[in-house]
Amino acid sequence: MKDQAANRQDELLEISSGKAEHVYYWHCGHYISPFFMGLRDKKTILGIRCSHCGRVYVPPREVCGRCFKTMHDWVDLGSEGSIYAFTVVKLPYIDPNTGKPIKVPRTDIYVKLDGADTCLMHWLDESDETKITVGARVRAVFKEQRRGTIHDIECFTQI
Amino acid sequence: MGTRTAIVGVGQTHHTSKRKDVNGQELISEAVKRALQDAALELKDIDAIVIGNMDHFEAINNVDCWSIDGSGAFMKPIMKVTTGGSTGGTLGSCAYYHVASGLFDVVMAIGWEKNSESDTQAAISTCADPIVERDFFGGAIGPNAAEYAMYMEQFGATQEDAALVAVRDHNNALRNPHAHLRKFITVEDVMKSPVLCWPIKLLDSCPRSDGACAVIYASETTAPKITPNPAWVHATAVSHDYVYFGDYDWEMMPTLRTTVDRVYGRAGITDPLKDVDVMELYLPFSTCGVVWMDHMHMCSLGDAPKLIRKGVFDMNGELPINPSGGVLSTNPIGATGLIRLGEAALQVMGRAGERQVGDVRTALATAFGSCYWFEATVLRSTKP
Repeated sequence: MKDQAANRQDELLEISSGKAEHVYYWHCGHYISPFFMGLRDKKTILGIRCSHCGRVYVPPREVCGRCFKTMHDWVDLGSEGSIYAFTVVKLPYIDPNTGKPIKVPRTDIYVKLDGADTCLMHWLDESDETKITVGARVRAVFKEQRRGTIHDIECFTQI
Repeated sequence: MGTRTAIVGVGQTHHTSKRKDVNGQELISEAVKRALQDAALELKDIDAIVIGNMDHFEAINNVDCWSIDGSGAFMKPIMKVTTGGSTGGTLGSCAYYHVASGLFDVVMAIGWEKNSESDTQAAISTCADPIVERDFFGGAIGPNAAEYAMYMEQFGATQEDAALVAVRDHNNALRNPHAHLRKFITVEDVMKSPVLCWPIKLLDSCPRSDGACAVIYASETTAPKITPNPAWVHATAVSHDYVYFGDYDWEMMPTLRTTVDRVYGRAGITDPLKDVDVMELYLPFSTCGVVWMDHMHMCSLGDAPKLIRKGVFDMNGELPINPSGGVLSTNPIGATGLIRLGEAALQVMGRAGERQVGDVRTALATAFGSCYWFEATVLRSTKP
């Protein structure tokens, strides 16, 4: 049947969904909101400690998944740490938040902030992989105009 | 342990980069018909169906309903499960749970994807937290690339070590008539291919494919009536550990370790190199074929490159990995983990054609989701 169907047609069609925008409004709650306000108002990165196991999480969140305990102990982590891992992205792809291709090369890093047990993901202002080392010291570079998002940090830079 | 359960039939489509000749339902139907044919069963013999994919690739949310004509689920119990990249493994676990519970006798798992219908990287990026991590995620490749950059720094592994894995999987695919990419490559080809996310290059990376796979599970009483050589499920395990990508401990890989430790323990595997005859592993990048060997207890931490250079995991090695060509040759994402299970089952049943690895008593299949979720199943030719 499939062959017969194929014989009836000269071309196989494809229909586009169009370019309609579908905007989401994500709620930040009682943990991510103060985290973003720390970036905006104090140029500092906030974490939270589990009083049960002692792990310091960044970004802060309500529950330590390992202990299933509510966390209350906020920690000011400052803005310095070291590179845990990194990659230099050279393949442009569509940013699902903007619908536009990302700009490359772009270095994505996992920063282990001093005093934290988890990493924060961000960008590094160096895209030559031969000039980046796992373990290198880095510092957050804050924007002049800050509005309470993760992009209040422009990027990290090697110290 | 519940009712003993075995895989009795496997069907997969012709996989390629763009199947414009079929829509989603028709693609699913192609795999379903082949699985029924493989098991010599009719649709009336199937008691329940589980189906899965990743919604964002096709922007179709209700595949369980939408695909009824193709899946054969008309008026049958059907359930959709989806766990990102590991969906195919979860489908297998779910079908197994159905049969092992004793409530269903014959259950079909269906995994499918039409990756060509949208931008794969953009769709995958929706697995990263939208307000804290998504902009730094680097698509599906980013975290694995960072993982290998770190591993090279820690243990002195090289990009060439990963290239050897790429060569192995790509060249194994030459024996698999279903594989999407079937092209002979060399280490030099891999090293010269364009960098996607340093240090991962084009030939280190899985493709995006259109394809589907269906696998039929049957109970202890029914399985031997369907085939003289069922692939018996000895163990399955799943572990998830994720809130943020930055939380993951790449030095100890807790989800992978927990998953393999559970199935090794349940199946009595103490030395995987000796106790397992073949593995079909969800290795989305060649680099994973290096790093993850350590955590699967093939060797001590940092020693995987030595085994790879010796060819231990080649077709004629001590423990062949991915005779099918693996994920590097074929990757219809919602089906990919189920293809691993299907291929491992074919090996145990002795029906893997040119890619058959001698006499297989024990096979292991894994699935991986890009949030570092792992699933594993041990199949054997003997009843548990």
